[in-house]
Amino acid sequence: MLIGVLLMTSVRGVYAQDTGGYEVGDLATDFKLQSTDGSVVSLADYDDVRGYLVIFTCNSCPYAVAYEDRIIALDKEFKEKGVPVIAINPNNPKVQPKDSFEEMKKRAAEKGFTFPYLLDAGQKIFPQYGATRTPHCFLLEKTDKGNVVRYNGAIDDNYQDASAVETTYVANAIEAMLAGEAIKVENTKAIGCSIKI
Amino acid sequence: MKYILYALAGLMVFVSCGEGQGQKANEPGALVMETTPKGVLESENKKIAIYDFDGLSELLERKDEKVYVVNFWATWCKPCVEELPFFEKLNDKYAGKNVEVVLVSLDFPSRAEELLLSFVEKKNIKSDVLLLDDPKQNTWIPKVDPKWSGAIPATLIFNKDRKVFYEKSFNFDELETELLSFIN
Repeated sequence: MLIGVLLMTSVRGVYAQDTGGYEVGDLATDFKLQSTDGSVVSLADYDDVRGYLVIFTCNSCPYAVAYEDRIIALDKEFKEKGVPVIAINPNNPKVQPKDSFEEMKKRAAEKGFTFPYLLDAGQKIFPQYGATRTPHCFLLEKTDKGNVVRYNGAIDDNYQDASAVETTYVANAIEAMLAGEAIKVENTKAIGCSIKI
Repeated sequence: MKYILYALAGLMVFVSCGEGQGQKANEPGALVMETTPKGVLESENKKIAIYDFDGLSELLERKDEKVYVVNFWATWCKPCVEELPFFEKLNDKYAGKNVEVVLVSLDFPSRAEELLLSFVEKKNIKSDVLLLDDPKQNTWIPKVDPKWSGAIPATLIFNKDRKVFYEKSFNFDELETELLSFIN
């Protein structure tokens, strides 16, 4: 029995991606996290929204940096339509000092982030979502039952060159959600930096 | 610049085929790809062939007598750089034992010459290094392994009978233990 438990534990350790985290259709947890502007942000604070685009991202990952301008553009486009961006840095600043709260403040100011940039202090939130990398998006729809995960994955299909993007996965998902249509692509994968724990 | 790359690529294929015949098959740096690279980064001492996923898949589908240890990494990925010495040690220790260590870089192609080539040269990396330049990640990541979320470091170990994928960082002992499970 004990061996069985140990074996299960080790298998879960290796394949944590499969066993943890939300799938499309699951209800996502709310949080109370400190933002770089000094406020404390929760999903429940937002009135009159249709949903949220929660993006786990950070300062230190070049893939995340490559997407900063596109994340700002998504926020500008969809905040007005009721789907604001909420960015969360999941990394442990002790492991990656470039992702400290002070450095986050600097980056948010430099880039003029139009959305809250939160620190997952204590790293309790990203494992519940099942974020595995930065950047990693979760589109949530606000419903009577709670915030339902509608899309999980990449922002678009070309990290190298915003002008060469062919499929804007997350924007397509938001537009379908707002139109009450089925989201054609609900899960996508992309290379990203592993989360520093 | 692009034309030079293609011309070089053509030349490299020719040269590397020639070398391949003269070299012992298991010598580090002896990986001979059957597909033509889409470009080659080259310095005085190092060369890094550039492939899209179609080009790389020939390697991932091999079924020969060797064990392949394919590590997906990038110079900007801290945990990847930290575990690189263990792959180098493995490559050195098992050279001549039908083990092929291949480091597949996911560096940004636009900065690969500046960052990747200089890194490989400075650290004198002996394992084979390839650059995977293919932005259609949602298409090719599941082909490497359906379980892969896309986070790196990630490693694939396979021979003709078995393939195991690891989305994790390794230390040397863990890496060697996994390799030995393919050899014994």
